[in-house]
Amino acid sequence: MSEHAHGDQKGSRFIQHHYDDAQHQFDSGKLAIWLFLAQEVLFFSALFVAYIIFRTQHPEIFEYGSQYLDRTMGAVNTLVLIGSSFTAAYAVRCAQLRNQRTLVICLAITLACALGFLTIKYFEYSEKIHHGTLYGKKFVPHVDPDGATFPEDAVIKPCIHGSEGNLGADPSIPPPAEGEAAPCPDNTNMFFTLYFAMTGLHGLHVLFGVFVFIWLLVRAMKGHFTPDYYGPVDYAALYWHLVDLIWIFLFPLYYLI
Amino acid sequence: MAKENPENPSYTSFLEDPHGIMGHRGGFWGWFGTFDHKRIGIMYLCGILASLMVGGLFALLVRLELFFPGETIIGPQAYNEFFTLHGAIMVFLVIVPGIPAALGNIALPMQLGAPDVAFPRLNLASFYLWCVGAVLLVGAMAMGFVTDQTGVDTGWTFYTPYSLKEHTAGDAILMSLVGVFLLGFSSIFTGLNFLTTIHKFRAKGMGWFQMPLNLWALYATGIMQVLATPVLGITVLLLSVERFLEIGIFDPVLGGDPILFQHFFWFYSHPAVYIMIIPAMGVISELITTFSHKHIFGYRFIAWSSLSLALLSFLVWGHHLFVSGQSRMAGMIFSALTFTVAIPSAIKVFNWTATLYKGVIRLQTPMLYALSFVLLFTIGGLTGLFLGVISIDVHLHDTYFVVAHFHYVMMGSTLVAFLGGLHYWFPKFTGKMYPEKLGQFISVMVFFGFNLTFLPQFVMGSRGMTRRYWDYDPEFTLMHQLSTIGAFVLGISLFIVVCYLFWAAYKGEKAPPNPWGASTLEWESPSPPPLYNFVEQPPLPELYEYDELVYDDEEGGYVRKLRDGGEVRSYRRYVRSKPSGGH
Ligand code: HEM
Ligand SMILES: [Cu+2]
Repeated sequence: MSEHAHGDQKGSRFIQHHYDDAQHQFDSGKLAIWLFLAQEVLFFSALFVAYIIFRTQHPEIFEYGSQYLDRTMGAVNTLVLIGSSFTAAYAVRCAQLRNQRTLVICLAITLACALGFLTIKYFEYSEKIHHGTLYGKKFVPHVDPDGATFPEDAVIKPCIHGSEGNLGADPSIPPPAEGEAAPCPDNTNMFFTLYFAMTGLHGLHVLFGVFVFIWLLVRAMKGHFTPDYYGPVDYAALYWHLVDLIWIFLFPLYYLI
Repeated sequence: MAKENPENPSYTSFLEDPHGIMGHRGGFWGWFGTFDHKRIGIMYLCGILASLMVGGLFALLVRLELFFPGETIIGPQAYNEFFTLHGAIMVFLVIVPGIPAALGNIALPMQLGAPDVAFPRLNLASFYLWCVGAVLLVGAMAMGFVTDQTGVDTGWTFYTPYSLKEHTAGDAILMSLVGVFLLGFSSIFTGLNFLTTIHKFRAKGMGWFQMPLNLWALYATGIMQVLATPVLGITVLLLSVERFLEIGIFDPVLGGDPILFQHFFWFYSHPAVYIMIIPAMGVISELITTFSHKHIFGYRFIAWSSLSLALLSFLVWGHHLFVSGQSRMAGMIFSALTFTVAIPSAIKVFNWTATLYKGVIRLQTPMLYALSFVLLFTIGGLTGLFLGVISIDVHLHDTYFVVAHFHYVMMGSTLVAFLGGLHYWFPKFTGKMYPEKLGQFISVMVFFGFNLTFLPQFVMGSRGMTRRYWDYDPEFTLMHQLSTIGAFVLGISLFIVVCYLFWAAYKGEKAPPNPWGASTLEWESPSPPPLYNFVEQPPLPELYEYDELVYDDEEGGYVRKLRDGGEVRSYRRYVRSKPSGGH
C-alpha cells in the first residue's frame, strides 16, 4: 500500500493507508505479535510434552544423559541470552525516546549476543558429533560422561532397544558384566534425540532472530524508527524475550536436573 | 471520486480499480501482486475449487474401484495412494481453508465495515504459502504415478510407523509433509490476521454483540487456528526430521513412541475438524436469518456456543485413540468430554430451527444448501456421539461408519455450507447473478447424491466393513454400488456448479447491491464493491432487522430506506462509473 502512504497525514511515512493512525497500526501489530507468540508456545509445547512423557517413564535416561552436557557452556549461554533480552528491551525505550545512537548500539549488542549464543552452541554440537553422542542410530558414544574414552570394543550396542526390547529395560538382556564399559541405561539415545530436537529448534529461532536484528539495525541506522513508529523494534524484542524464555526452561531441563 | 448526488454516489469497482496492487500492473500481477482482500479471496476460491475437482476425481476413482469386489480398475497399492491423495487434498487444501480463507477473506472485512484485513501483505503471504504447500502436497502425491518411487500411501493421517522410512522409502512423504507444514502456517497467519482484524477494525459503534454471527464463528476459528495448528506444524516437522535424519522420536525401533504421534496429530486434528465446521456454522447462521427474513433466534447463544466449541474441541482428541493403547481411564475421560461437545452443537441446531419458525422462508439456492446443512449436520453430529461411546467405538472404529460420520460433517456440512456461502456472496464479489433455477436444481441433486453415497456406508460400517480396504466380502456389494452411484451423482453435480459459476462470473446477469435483503454491512456496499469496500462509510445497520429493507423492481434487489426523522425520504442506490485512471 506504499503508493497510498505518502498522501496521508498520519505522522511517520510508515503508517499504512488502511489504519486510522499510528496508534491503530501499533496496537494491531502488538496484538498480532502476542498471537504469534502464543502460536510459538504451542509450537514448542509438543516437544515439552514429549520431554515430560519420556522423562517420567525413564528418568534414568535423562539423569545419565545430562551428565554429557557441558554446564559451563550452558550457563554462559544463559547469561548471554538474558543480557541480550535486556538490550532488546532497552532498544525499545530508546526508540520511544528518539534516542537514535543508543538504539543502534542496543540493537548491535543484541545481534552480537545472538551470534555469540550460536557460536557457543556450535562448539557444543561439534563436541557431541565428535564424541558420537547423537540421536537415534547415531548414538555411538566413544567416551563416558566424565570424558574417559571407552575401550575400542565396548561400543554401546545394548543402549538402543528397539521394538523387541520395547521401551525401557528389558530383563531378558543381561546387564553388562563386571568391568565391561557399557553402563549407559537403555535408550539413552532418546535423551539426545530430544536434546537435539529442542535445542535445535530453539537454535533455529535464534538464527531467525539474527536476521530480524540485522534488518532492524539497518533500518535503525537509516533513522526509520521514531516515537510514532517503533512497532518493529517492540515486536522483535517481544519475540526475543520468548526465545530467551524458552532457553531458560531448556537450560535446567537438560543441563541441571 | 466525484459525487454527483450524495444519495447515489458513483464509484469504481475493485475489479476495475488498479490501485491497491503492487506497481499498478494488470493481468497476472494484478492478481498475484494484490493486497486487496477480495482479490485474494477470489484467488483462494479458484485454487480451492480446482483442488476440489482434483480431490473429487480421485474420490470417484476410489469409488469406482469399489464397485465390484476384487480388482476393478486399480491394484491395492494404487488404491492406497488414491485414497490418501483424496483425503489429504480435501482436508488440507479444500475444507480447512475453504470457508475462512476464501469466503472469510471476502466477507470478514466487509462485515466489519473495514477497508481491508489488518495485515494485507501477510494475507497475500498466506496465500503464497497455500500455493507452495499445495504444489508440494499434490506434487509429492503425484510422484507415485510418474516415477517408480512409492507415492504417499499412509492415509491423510500420516500415522507412524506407516510413514516411517522403514515402511515407505522415497522422498514423496517428506515432500508432502513439508507441504502440510506450509499449509499449516498459511492457516495460522490467516487466523492471526482475522483475529487482529476483528479486534481492531470493527466499524464505529459495532460492539462485540453487534457483530454478525459469521464473525463470531471466524473469531472462534481464528483462536483454534492460532493455537492448534502449530502443534500440527511441529508434528509434521518432527516426522520430516525423523524421515530425514532418523532421530527416533516416533520410531519404536529406536526407542521412540509411535502413539505419541497419534496424540500430537489429533491434538491438532480434532480442533481442526472444528476449524472446518465452525465457520460453516457461521455462514449458516447468516443464511438462515436472511432467507427467513427474520431476526436470528438466540443470537448470544449462537455466539457463545462458537466460543465454547472452540474451547471444548481442545479437550477431546483422545476419542481417536480409544483402541490405540490409551489407558482405560484416559479413554473414559475423553469419552465424557466428547459428549459435552454435543451441547453447543445442538444449541446451534435448535436456534436455527427456531429461526425458521414463522419466518418468511424463500428457498433460493443458498437457503437450500443451508437447510441441507442443518439436516446433514444433525446426522453427522449424532453419529459422532455413537462413536464417542467407548464400547461402541471398539466395534465401529476404522469401519465405514466412521467414514460416513466424518463425511456427513465434513462434506455434508462444511462443503455444503461452503457452497451455500459461495452462492450467497457470489453476486457481491462478482457483481453477477448465478443461474438461480439451475442452482436450486443442483443443490437438490447434491443433497440426494450425498445421502445416496454415505447412508449405505453407515449400514456397511455397522456390519463390519472396514475402511481403507481395497477388497470386500460379496455381501457388501450392493451397498458399495449404491454408494458409488451416489458419488457420481454428487461429483457431476459439483462439477456443474463450478462450471456455471465460472460462466456466470463473466456472463451472468448484473447483480444488485443486495439481492437477498440481507442486513449485514457488506450488503450496504454496491456489487462488486469498490477497492476499500465502501463508497462512503455507511451508518451501522440494525443487525438482523429486515423492516428497513424493501424490494425494488428497478434494482432487482433490496434497498434500504433512508429516513429524515421518521419519514422515509428515499432509497440508497449506487451508480457504477468507469475506472477513473489516475488517483
Ligand atoms: C458433534 C460432535 C462430534 C462428535 C461427538 C464426534 C466424535 C467422533 C469420534 C468419537 C470419532 C472417532 C471415531 C473412530 O475413529 O473410531 C470421530 C472421527 C472423526 N470425526 Fe467426528 N465428531 C463430531 C463432529 C465432527 C465434526 C464437526 C467433524 C468435521 C467437520 C468431524 C470429523 C471427524 C473426522 C475427520 C474423523 C475421523 C478421522 C479419521 O480417523 O480419519 N467430527 N468423531
Ligand atoms: Cu475428533
